[in-house]
Amino acid sequence: MEELVKAVSEMMEDEAIDLTKKLLDQGEPPVKVLDAYKDALVVIGKRFEEGVYFVPELIMAGEMMKTASELMKPYMTKGSGPAPEANKKGKFLLGTVEGDIHDIGKDMVGMLLDINGFEVKDLGVDVPAQKFLDEYKAFQPDIVGMSGLLTLAYDSMKKVVDGLKEMGARDKVKVIIGGGQVDEHACKFVGADAWATDAVSGVKCSLQWIGN
Amino acid sequence: MGDAAQLLAEREKRFNDAVALNKPDRVPIITMWDFFPARFKGLSVKSVMYDHQLMSDTWAECFDHFQPDMGENPYAMRGFAKVLETLDTVQLKWAGHGLDDYSSYQFVENELMKADEYDHFLFDPSDFMIRRYWPRANKALAALEGLPPINQIIPYYWGLYSGVFLLSPEMEASRAAMIETAKASAELLKWAGAFGKRMAEMGLPAPSGGYAQVPFDTLGDVFRGTKGIMMDMFRRPDKVMAACEKLLPIMIDSAVASAKRTGVMRVFIPLHKGLDGFMSDQQFHKFYWPHMKELLNALIREGITPWVLVEGACNTRLEAFRDVPPGKVLYHFEATDIFRAKEMMKDRCCIRGNVPATLLSVGAPEDVKAYCKKLIDVCGEGGGYIMDASTTLSDAKVENVQAMYDFTKEYGVYK
Repeated sequence: MEELVKAVSEMMEDEAIDLTKKLLDQGEPPVKVLDAYKDALVVIGKRFEEGVYFVPELIMAGEMMKTASELMKPYMTKGSGPAPEANKKGKFLLGTVEGDIHDIGKDMVGMLLDINGFEVKDLGVDVPAQKFLDEYKAFQPDIVGMSGLLTLAYDSMKKVVDGLKEMGARDKVKVIIGGGQVDEHACKFVGADAWATDAVSGVKCSLQWIGN
Repeated sequence: MGDAAQLLAEREKRFNDAVALNKPDRVPIITMWDFFPARFKGLSVKSVMYDHQLMSDTWAECFDHFQPDMGENPYAMRGFAKVLETLDTVQLKWAGHGLDDYSSYQFVENELMKADEYDHFLFDPSDFMIRRYWPRANKALAALEGLPPINQIIPYYWGLYSGVFLLSPEMEASRAAMIETAKASAELLKWAGAFGKRMAEMGLPAPSGGYAQVPFDTLGDVFRGTKGIMMDMFRRPDKVMAACEKLLPIMIDSAVASAKRTGVMRVFIPLHKGLDGFMSDQQFHKFYWPHMKELLNALIREGITPWVLVEGACNTRLEAFRDVPPGKVLYHFEATDIFRAKEMMKDRCCIRGNVPATLLSVGAPEDVKAYCKKLIDVCGEGGGYIMDASTTLSDAKVENVQAMYDFTKEYGVYK
């Protein structure tokens, strides 16, 4: 298992896949293997914060996770899968706002939230404000996360926050905005609680909100 | 006319002085307009994208109002709706075509070159582009995917089979689309030429006469996609390097040809995928900077001023960016710490920017003025600085743009 953690965190993709196959073949429970990936993600996240790893490593990590999940599928039996939704730490409603179709940042956030124990509902890209609000009612998230790379995204983000206010829900939910161009001006304009220009800091902030 | 010629010369000199690290008469102010002129006139983006005359009048009126030190020719990158529509391109969404009538267009990233197609690209990029890239990027050219290899058409008897394909029923629609695209392109260029003249008559120099990219950006933006190229750095680094080397002379040759054709010896180079956070220092010095440096030097050797738009933040790349001949390169910063950049670049490169787009779209005129004051005080010191927003004026408020122009022209005068 230590070898697997090392292979994943060192970006040795081929070795990671071989080791995963080997461990599963030897009868190792998929949950245990998944835990090794989670441990590796912790190492990768830490290196990202330290400025040793960057976006490419996060993307590679996401890809390795995806491959591993595929490899694990045939071994999954009842009760051996990941924790059921009830055990999740918190609910996160995620999406790229209306008018914007950028998805890479949002997808990284989704992957990191998921591995950090959040139940994530990803609404995709170019999501109208009304859709966010409808899904808010249905899903009752702890946090709403809106992504957008373009400056036009701020108006769309603001619409969602205004909608939450009208519903009387604004003080029941935390709102974070993310994207390459967001900053304090945008955060204030939108009426969000926090802003993040990278996936790791956004996830860290979300973890703090739910008391982790 | 005499006034326009004089104004043109004054503005060229103001810009050239700044680039050469000398002190102009005042801080030049130039902005990248995007579709701001349409909003300024209360028009939709869609209306100007499809109406060449309206675009010309709208842009001219906007420039006449703000009197920037350089104009901008909107046709090639803004007036192209007909061309895009005829090609049925998948790489952009634009007003009335996937986006609402008031939105600027957005680039849609696709993996148009698969990971296992590097060898085809490396063996013969033109053949790859015609038979794989074009048909995937443009639905109207889908039939080209069935074309036999272009490089097998040598003397006529070898080309017989390939030539006949052009007559095939499936090619008919693509052939017609190519002719229609050519006609729309000719029309677009006619208007671009006319607008170039119109700007000159208004005393407005053109900001660039050509476009180039760092090869890694082209490979990532249009062929492999961001995710694809980031993974390629780990999975097939040698292929990435080889493809970048293949693209480098194409970038240089097309930019030089375009600058010479237009007579505007400035080339616009936006940076996309070498930014802080997008790759490690080690990856930057392997996959990005060597080709970027060669591109800059090749353009400088041709007497061209590279105008590098440093998108996102590049604080960790400034040391590398300094490594160019002094007074020849213009770096335009978006979110990089421009004050630190001034410190590092003042003896080397002119810098430009960076009134934050967020400030211009959601701030107040007083905030804009305060930021401009700091820029002029710190970055403007001793010359070598051009006032601009951090990026295009897409969603900027008119009163904020006005404040930026008025304040710079008044406060930015060198004594």
